[in-house]
Order: sequence, then structure tokens, then C-alpha cells
Amino acid sequence: MTAPALVPNRVALLLALFLLGAAFALPFLGFAPNRLLSGKPIPLAAALAAPWGWALLLPGAVLLAAPFLRPSRAALAASVAAGALFAAGLVGLAGEHAARLAADASPAARASFGSGFWVMLAAALLAMADAMRRLGLGAAARLAVGAAVAGLIALELVAGRLDQLSILKEYANRRDVFADALLRHGVLVLAALLPTLLVGVPLGVLAQRSARVGRLVFPVLNIVQTIPSIALFGLLMAPLAALAALLPGYGISGVGPVPAVIALTVYSLLPIVRNTAVGLDGVPDSVRQAARGMGMTPRQILLRVEAPLALPVFLSGLRITLVQAVGLAAVAALIGAGGLGSIMFQGLFANALDLVLLGAVPVILFAVATDALLTVAIALATRSTGWPTGRSAV
Amino acid sequence: MIAFERVTKRFGSWTAVNDVSLTVGEGEFLVLIGSSGSGKSTLLRMMNRLIVPESGSIRVEGTDIAALRPEELRRRMGYVIQSVGLFPHWTVERNIATVPVLLGWPKARVRDRVTELLELLNLDPRRFRSAYPHQLSGGQQQRVGVARALAAEPRVLLMDEPFSALDPITRGALQGELAAIHRDTGTTVVFVTHDMDEALTLADRIAVMDHGRLVQTATPLEILTHPAGDVVRDLVGREDWGLKRLSVETVGQRARPEPTIPGAPFPSAAPLHRALSEMVARGTDRLPVMDEGGRPAGVLHLADLVRGPATSP
Repeated sequence: MTAPALVPNRVALLLALFLLGAAFALPFLGFAPNRLLSGKPIPLAAALAAPWGWALLLPGAVLLAAPFLRPSRAALAASVAAGALFAAGLVGLAGEHAARLAADASPAARASFGSGFWVMLAAALLAMADAMRRLGLGAAARLAVGAAVAGLIALELVAGRLDQLSILKEYANRRDVFADALLRHGVLVLAALLPTLLVGVPLGVLAQRSARVGRLVFPVLNIVQTIPSIALFGLLMAPLAALAALLPGYGISGVGPVPAVIALTVYSLLPIVRNTAVGLDGVPDSVRQAARGMGMTPRQILLRVEAPLALPVFLSGLRITLVQAVGLAAVAALIGAGGLGSIMFQGLFANALDLVLLGAVPVILFAVATDALLTVAIALATRSTGWPTGRSAV
Repeated sequence: MIAFERVTKRFGSWTAVNDVSLTVGEGEFLVLIGSSGSGKSTLLRMMNRLIVPESGSIRVEGTDIAALRPEELRRRMGYVIQSVGLFPHWTVERNIATVPVLLGWPKARVRDRVTELLELLNLDPRRFRSAYPHQLSGGQQQRVGVARALAAEPRVLLMDEPFSALDPITRGALQGELAAIHRDTGTTVVFVTHDMDEALTLADRIAVMDHGRLVQTATPLEILTHPAGDVVRDLVGREDWGLKRLSVETVGQRARPEPTIPGAPFPSAAPLHRALSEMVARGTDRLPVMDEGGRPAGVLHLADLVRGPATSP
């Protein structure tokens, strides 16, 4: 096309249309007399009637106008800010309106997020991400914007503005269980990470050094990855139960955290072993040869030369491993390992959608935060040296 | 300095180095030359035990190197390879400091040595000290490679086709710098190449390898005037033999001790083929010559270039 496009940014246009459609056609909140009944839909317009509610229209208007602006740095920066403020404002507005609805209803009444809320939240965050990509922001800057959105929502949360939302009422009922589950979830992931690194890194080094080890290790790990997690948990139950019967008193059991950690470890091995080996493979032969010729011992070559050069690729393997483990640990609740999954499944079995959310939302945030932190770590590891040059890390 | 005695190395059924005996003198610049697969690199890499011989012995400064820890031996020798192999995650300074750090030199001494070497190789310390290898050109990278090899003041410098990948201008400059470093430090240099011009320019002595055997070991002049067989004759090349012949002698060796004549004086240390080129450029058959101190040192006549003590092949 030679003529200037009527709509310079089609992605933003699509998101703006979603935003507009969700604002008018979909319910913003659902309000029900108790947690088991389905709610009466409440449109966004009703919520906007709150004092200061109209303030949300300002970032909203920017998001709607963005597709038609020439994509200058200022316009893109405005889109980032508007997306962030709209997302945080939307959550705040939902909280405020829930509080007003609760004021003249019974304590059992529930105000939960409607489909319109989710669509608008997603559209705002995607518009923000798209604008950040077009601005060419680095990993650290993207992390900072994400942290700002999270920080704004956290402020609303701490100030008690969101307390009357159904998800927080579920939280209030299970305060202790939730803290426990969150901690347990983190412990599961870290408990699996430790043996993964202890086994996976040496295995990756061996696989890179010896073609025979590689031919043996990778097919096995690849097959393991294809086993559905539920099946692997199930497969581990029988042998572990037998082992428990054989060695009573060691805390071994067919269900609970032990098989969960074993399964998570087995899943986590492939990205760690593979990326350790691929990272070492990427070290140029001339560099290895020079290191040897300079009089470095094999150990010095590995630790001072090969390991730092393999680090960026290794870290991207660690990122895959951690994000995957955070998600899989949720499934581990099915074999009694606890964690945030147990809250999710409770909600599913009780048909209480907000309870499912109470488990699922932290899992998502956990995974997103892990991903963002490691992305920054990779950027830091490659920044100054320009290594690896022009090679994407798996 | 280095003595090979009946050294043989096989890789499977292929004999890379076959019963070679060779001595490299203290402070000598020895060039190993041969076509690819002739065993010249294998011979070089046996000197710092990157390759271990099957039979025969190698002594460095009187000690059989089989009795030394390989790392200890390598830290005493500088090593430069064609692909440079700088450590991409380290700055130029840290790269050059590799061996001094391995040897545990104090920080201040390492830092001073790095500055000294950067200046020696015409790299501005302020600009290059903290640069990373990917920010350098090929020629600058190999300058750092040479500096890294010289860092711990080795008695021996091993160079495996160090300048083969560089453009002719950069290669010429680095050859000149290497010759000066060799002259000033007295380091023993063993230099592998397949380029006869490079060998004739740099070598005190040239060792010609073919199919794992040492065919001839002689001075550049002898290689040109008395080549031992067709292999050496082919390496020298027949086409511009005369120019090569001129390149191994200096202007000072042929200049007549006459009163100087008008015109820009030509350095007596320059090789004769450059003087010939200069005569063609100036359209003259005589050049005034000056010595290193800039004093008049006679006159070079065209007639003396073609009448020299030459034996054509």
C-alpha cells in the first residue's frame, strides 16, 4: 500500500473493538444472592455512575483513539500508560461497585467478575503489551510496567477497596488455607528445582561431551515429556506405595508431595538437560582450543569459559522449567500434594467459580512473574558482552 | 630451545608426522611450511602437548615435556591460532590477562603488562582496554590474540597460521609488528604457514614439511637457491622466483660504497624487491641509500640487482 493507511495500527483497532463491544454488550459484574446461584448481570454503565467512576473513561478514550494515531513514541507511550491505568482502574471500579451493591444486600450475596470485565481487562493489557513491543522496550522496562500495574492493583487490595468482590470473600473465608497453599505451591516448585539442577546440569554436560550419553538421555526425556501429567502422577502412585510398604517410617507415600516432586523433577529435566547441552554446544571450538592452548585445566575451561558462555541458553531452559513447574504443580493437588491446585479443584467440585479463580489467578501471576524475572536475567546475562550474537536461545 | 628427536604421530592409519628430528635454536624465528595435511600444524601442537607423540621425544630447554604437567608447559608458551579464539564474554584486558591471572600475578603487575602490550601492538589502551571482542575488527582481534600470547613473557611463541584469515594490508602490518617484537624481545618463534612469501619475509630458518616428513630445513636464501627437490621448488613457485630471490636480501647487502646522489634516500634494511619496485616507480637505475640512523650508506645500482650471486632453479 502506498497511500497512508486509514488505520495505522490494526492490532490496536481490533482490541479497541473488543473493548467497546465488551463495555456495551457484556455484563461487567454478576450479582447473586449467594455463591451457588448464577448472578444478575450488571453493565459497565451502572458501575461508572459511582463517584470518580467516570475517571476510567479517560484511559478508555485513549485506547479507543490509539488505532487512528500515527505511531509516534508519544502516542505509543500514551497507549502503554492508558492500558496500565485502564486495567488497574477496571479492577478498582469492580471493587467499588461490589461494595455499593453489598451495602444493601445480605452478607451471603456475591458480586463476581462478569465476562465483560475479563474481555476488557485482556484487551487493555494486550493493547499495553502491543504498544510496549512497538516502542521496543527492553526486558527490564517491560518488567517495570508490569510491576506498576501489579502495584496499583495491590494498593487497591491492601486498602480494602476490593474486599466485597466474591473472590476476596472466598479468600476471607479461607485465609489460612490460602496462605498455606501458596507457600506449599512455592515449596513444591523449589523442591523439584533442586534435584532437577543437581541431576540435570551434570547430565547436560555429559550429554554434550559424549554423543553416546546424548543418544541415551534425550529420547528418554522426550518420551517423558509426552506423558500427560495426570498419567505420570498415577504411574508413580503404585511403585511409591509399594516402596512405602517396604520401608515404613521414611515419610514415603504413593500420594502427597513426594510423588508430586518426583513427577515435577522428571518433567523439569528435559529443558534443563537440553539447554545445558545446547548452550555448551554453542561455545565456538576456537575458544575452547585457545583456552586449552593457554594452559587452562579442563575444570577451568568449563567454569571460566564454557559455563558463562552457555549461561543465556541455560537460563532460557530454566525459564521454561520454572513456568512449566508452576503450572504442573497445580495438577499435583489431585494426588494430595496440596498447593494452589487444591483450592482450584475444591472450587470446581463445589461449582464455585470464584473459588477456582482464587486458586488460578495466583498460579497465573506466579508463572508470569517467574517468566518476567528470568527474561530480565537473560537480558542482563547477554547485554554487555553481545554474546550470543545473532543466535536465538531455543 | 626445542629439540624433536625421531618424533612420529599417527591418527588411525594416517601418519601425520613421520620420524621427524628438528632443533629450534634459542631466539630463532622458525617457519614450518607445507601444503595442508603435510603435518606442520601437528608438529606445532606437539610442542605444547595439545597432541602427544606416539614415539620419539620432545625436549624444551632440556626437559622432556612428557615429564611436565601439560597446563604448566602451555602457560610458559604463547599460543596464537588462525581463528583467534578470544573469549567473547571477557574484555580485551581480561583476555590479554588470561595467562598472568592463571599464574597468579598481582593485579597491578597484570594491569601494567596489559597496557604495555596494547601499546606494543598499536592498540590505544584507552579505547580498547574495556572493549569486548565482538566490537573489534578481524585485525584488531588478532592483535589482541598476539598480545594475549605474549602476556606472561613466554620464552617461546607458537603461532598456527595466525595471519592467514586477514586481508593483505592487515597481514602485512601484523607481519611487520611481529618481526619487530621478535627482534626486540628475542623470543623464540615457531610459526606455521602455507604462504611462502610470508615464510621468506619472517623466517630465520624455514622447515619444509611434506606428507609428515621434514624435506628441507634451511635459511630463506638456501631454500630459494638450493631447493631440495620438487616439493620445495613447487612451494617456492617458478613464476616470480626472481622477485622472491630479491626479497631475501637487503638493500645494504648490494649497495656500492659510493658518495650519495640526489633524490630521496632509501632505507638499507629494506628488501631488494622493494628497491626494484622503487626504481621502476621513479624511472631511475640508481637509488641513494641511508642506514637506520638516516646517514648516507652508498648507492644501489640496478645492474647489481640482476648480477648478484644467484643460482636459478
